[in-house]
Amino acid sequence: MSISDPEQPNVSQSWRDWLLTDTPTSRRHARIAALYQGWLSFRGNHMAMFGLFILLALVLIAALAPWIAPHDPFAQDLATRLKPPGTPGYLLGSDGLGRDILSRMIWGARITLYIVALVALVAPIAGLFVGTVAGYAGGWTDRVLMRITDIFLAFPRLVLALAFVAALGAGIENAVLAISLTAWPPYARIARAETLTIRNSDYIHAVRLQGAGPLRIITRHIWPLCISSLVVRVTLDMAGIILAAAGLGFLGLGAQPPTPEWGAMISEGRKFILDFWWVATMPGLAIFTVSLAFNLLGDGLRDVLDPKEGSQ
Amino acid sequence: MTAETNTRKGRRRSPFLSVAAATASTATTVAVTMLGLLFVTFVIGRVMPVDPVLSIVGERASKEVYDAAYRALGLDKPIIVQFFYYLRDVVQGDFGQSLRTGFPVSDDIRRVFPATMELATLGTFLGVVLGVPLGVIAAVKRGSWIDQIARVVALVGYSMPVFWLGLVGLLIFYGILGWVAGPGRLDIFFEDIVPQRTGMILLDSALAGNWEVFRNAFAHIILPASLLGYYSLAYISRMTRSFMLEQLNAEYVITARVKGLSERAVIWKHAFGNIRVQLITVIALSYAGLLEGSVLTEIIFSWPGIGSYITTSLLSADMNAVMGGTVVVGLVFVLLNIFADLLYKFLDPRAQ
Amino acid sequence: MSLLRHSLLAAGLAVMTGLGAVPSGAATPDNMLVIANRIDDITTLDPAQSFEFAGGDVSRNIYSKLVNFDPLNLDKGYGPDLAESWTVSDDGKTITFKMRPGVKFASGNPVTAKDAEYSLRRAVLLKKTPSFILTQFGFSPDNVDKTIVAVDDMTLKITTDKRYATSFVLNSLTATIGGIVDSKLVRSHEVNGDMGNEWLRTHTAGSGPYVLGSWKPNESITLVANPNYYGGAPAMKKVVVRHIQESSTQRLLLERGDIDIARNLNPEDIAGISKNPDLAVDSELRGRIMYIAFNQKNKILANPKVRLALKYLIDYKGMQDSFLKGQYVIHQAFLPVTFLGAIDDKPYSLNIEKAKKLLAEAGYPDGFEVGMIVRDAQERLEMAQSIQNTFAKAGIKVKLTVGTGKQILGIYRARKHDIYLGAWGPDYPDPNTNASTFAMNPDNRDEAGLTGILAWRNAWDIPEMTRETVAAMVEPDRAKRAQMYEKIQREHQKVSPFAIMFQKIEQTGRSKKVRNLSLGGAITAVSYWVVTK
Repeated sequence: MSISDPEQPNVSQSWRDWLLTDTPTSRRHARIAALYQGWLSFRGNHMAMFGLFILLALVLIAALAPWIAPHDPFAQDLATRLKPPGTPGYLLGSDGLGRDILSRMIWGARITLYIVALVALVAPIAGLFVGTVAGYAGGWTDRVLMRITDIFLAFPRLVLALAFVAALGAGIENAVLAISLTAWPPYARIARAETLTIRNSDYIHAVRLQGAGPLRIITRHIWPLCISSLVVRVTLDMAGIILAAAGLGFLGLGAQPPTPEWGAMISEGRKFILDFWWVATMPGLAIFTVSLAFNLLGDGLRDVLDPKEGSQ
Repeated sequence: MTAETNTRKGRRRSPFLSVAAATASTATTVAVTMLGLLFVTFVIGRVMPVDPVLSIVGERASKEVYDAAYRALGLDKPIIVQFFYYLRDVVQGDFGQSLRTGFPVSDDIRRVFPATMELATLGTFLGVVLGVPLGVIAAVKRGSWIDQIARVVALVGYSMPVFWLGLVGLLIFYGILGWVAGPGRLDIFFEDIVPQRTGMILLDSALAGNWEVFRNAFAHIILPASLLGYYSLAYISRMTRSFMLEQLNAEYVITARVKGLSERAVIWKHAFGNIRVQLITVIALSYAGLLEGSVLTEIIFSWPGIGSYITTSLLSADMNAVMGGTVVVGLVFVLLNIFADLLYKFLDPRAQ
Repeated sequence: MSLLRHSLLAAGLAVMTGLGAVPSGAATPDNMLVIANRIDDITTLDPAQSFEFAGGDVSRNIYSKLVNFDPLNLDKGYGPDLAESWTVSDDGKTITFKMRPGVKFASGNPVTAKDAEYSLRRAVLLKKTPSFILTQFGFSPDNVDKTIVAVDDMTLKITTDKRYATSFVLNSLTATIGGIVDSKLVRSHEVNGDMGNEWLRTHTAGSGPYVLGSWKPNESITLVANPNYYGGAPAMKKVVVRHIQESSTQRLLLERGDIDIARNLNPEDIAGISKNPDLAVDSELRGRIMYIAFNQKNKILANPKVRLALKYLIDYKGMQDSFLKGQYVIHQAFLPVTFLGAIDDKPYSLNIEKAKKLLAEAGYPDGFEVGMIVRDAQERLEMAQSIQNTFAKAGIKVKLTVGTGKQILGIYRARKHDIYLGAWGPDYPDPNTNASTFAMNPDNRDEAGLTGILAWRNAWDIPEMTRETVAAMVEPDRAKRAQMYEKIQREHQKVSPFAIMFQKIEQTGRSKKVRNLSLGGAITAVSYWVVTK
């Protein structure tokens, strides 16, 4: 992320001044300065920083999985199954097929990130598109699009996801699509509401007078203004998305075995829960930690980006 | 899902102007949404690679038996025709028969929906009773330790995988401590004792004055309800805090304070009074969310609710059951939404 | 602040009252049996249609049959039930049953040969899935009025198209479809000529030890003692089967005394309760067989050497001794142990070197890629992953596809799989039940649509073995018949595209107070009427 650049310890004074200026010299300058000020206030929020730290660690773990995982996540050994945490060679214990839980969790981080990244791309963009078009066009387009949005909102969410996965076949990609399908309507609502307030502003009128077409106005002028509220919302929803993916995995409709997806790992481990608690608990803790991190981060971002609950 | 529903800006007509028109338009909205819901479900059911016929005839069926069942289901007709027949029946209140249970879908729903409703209601009750005060205090004492605790409690609630928490809760409170009763809605020997009126056992047993059954039902429901209550607490307390902050920063609150009103009056009478409507909206929506039936909770607690009913039906391609269940859940959702919208329109001082 | 305190207090109070309401851990009443089981496969209770495990359990306790098994002595084989005795004609085609006098249905109507005639004819005429169990003897809707005849109120005559082993015919009549219904009662509930099929879906009309109390799909099924039962009223006045999905939940309920019997405990939970002094574990060998099958439409899998190699690439022992411990035993022939003609040969074990050699000879020294379908049941997933793991050691990459039961079955019946992992349970206690599916394929064309036959599903064309199987089916001499099946199985083990792996052992956790529970072994279903506490 580019915003982390200015955080070098020996930033020269002029850099700092340039970033904190009240009189930006260009639009780019203004935007960077605003970001930097946001970062400063964000940095003051310890819990949010903690969330960010966990997520960065997760990215690092996922990237370095082949080097830091002590075992092959798929290597089975029926002779050493269900070993408790702390057993030499099995720091977090082994599962029902004698695979190392720690290694599986480390590799599973990749899958979690993959799911998160895909959903975070698909759902908000779809919602943004539908919402802004509906809001900007108004009239029948708006009515039809919003009716469709309502239909999807009224659907029981897990059921819709389940139906979708059942129709397309189980697998991570389909699980991601299914979750996105259930996640986009609220984004469409937000984007539409924002568009409605922006649409009639003087600024947009001015742009229109300059001869910009609807497409250009939506993509170049309305989208950027919707982004910040969407980012906050997406971050806060991320935990829900991870949990939904894990829920699908738990029902056997997410990642397919032997993929070490955390939800599927809980599902495999739940039959041992009474005597071998760690098999389900370790991935449960992982899911919890990452969800919490996203929530902390989202909460912090809201303070910075959302004027409603601004920090002053 | 959240209050965005209500921020829709529309030119508001005078309330005197044709209440009838408004009602008609609401009815149309509901009808169109329901129709869309049915259609999407129907299409999903048809493209799904699960064979409904196999649910009826089983693994060993010969081709002849299979074909007979296939025709009996009307699957040999074009999809549109099938959909049309289905709609015709639904309009007459007939959701068809569940392939999986062999009962009319409407009977099944009458059995499973009250179970979910009971759980969701108690869950929401716990969420409101604990969540609202927590949110208010957190807002008033902003930045204090109590605010921080409230924040952590809420965020942990958001982040906990329900199936894991449910399993562990069951293990500890039922298995080890024995403080609560086990999975299911009642102990076997309490079943079928009180007459069914609402299908909600707590209510039925209270109506019948049978407190023993009531206690047993309560011992069964309290754990799953607390679990759901925790999730709704997390959401409600955060929303309450956010609404309260907005009010506390408003000018009239500052004025009231300046005028020397007691802090208690400022908080509870003025600020809280102003967020009531918003809060009811949030609660209604969170309640609607729980009424969908939380599939995972229901599975873990062997709770025969609508969530697990729809899910298991779906997995065996029992589309009559899925569509019936979806329509009921969708309808509840839409109606609660409309209720919240109306409340907003008529009660919110700023909307007039 | 005070509101917070009040509401906290209120909630706390609510929780406290909840805690006060703790069930005292009281055991179930002495005349009531409470069982946890998975019963979500019940779709109908009509004996002419019911075909799944849980349905069979219910049916066996509600409907008496002409002949039946004694739950306390299953090894004895079938014996008299509603038929007191029977004789076989000299040509071996006609069996004449003498009905037991003085027996009444739960409704109070007397049980006569007319009821038996109605029930068996009905099963043929309705043409539901299990009807093949009767029609394989030549009964058909066109001829039932001549082949199944009540000569008088106490005498029933059935005539088969060929001479079959008497044991084959009578064993088939012990299946669920042989249940005798109360013809008077059922006729009164007939709608549009459905012979009461719709009514019997949710009601019962039998003469067995129990009648249906209530059935809540996916929730519970309650049986109540039948006061008219000719064998005397059972000790358990009420039997409740609760649908509990999870093993750990079943175990918790059992440990706390909320149920008497838990039927779906996994090996870990069985190990867990075996230390409990109040609980006991029963192990009973059942008829279900676990196998993997190779679709012969796949060119690689059609290679006999590849098939053989794959049979050496399964860690039978490793699985048996770890996650299947106590619940499956290695078994490699298609007839379950305790069946007539069953063999106990176990020619295969994990042997990677040998498999590699065979694969090299077949032209696949580096292995190949192949798909495997399996339904999302826990133990099957574990087996699938173990097999995936050992196949990989010979370079064979297995892509798993997991789906719901119906989904996977749909693919399998359409012959669209590569490898299928699944189970097969016998339909009636005669070797033909498995032989006619594993070792018979009368027509291998796609159009034939013999979807009920496993050899067809795997496109395995075996005219010679089909002839042998048919010959064994109609062989009247019991000893000779057994030999024929042994021979077929030995050949089958060598050449078939089926790697049969395990036979099921059902482990049941029960309270020590419960006695005489019989699950039905490999041949029939559970019997509640002999249970005492």
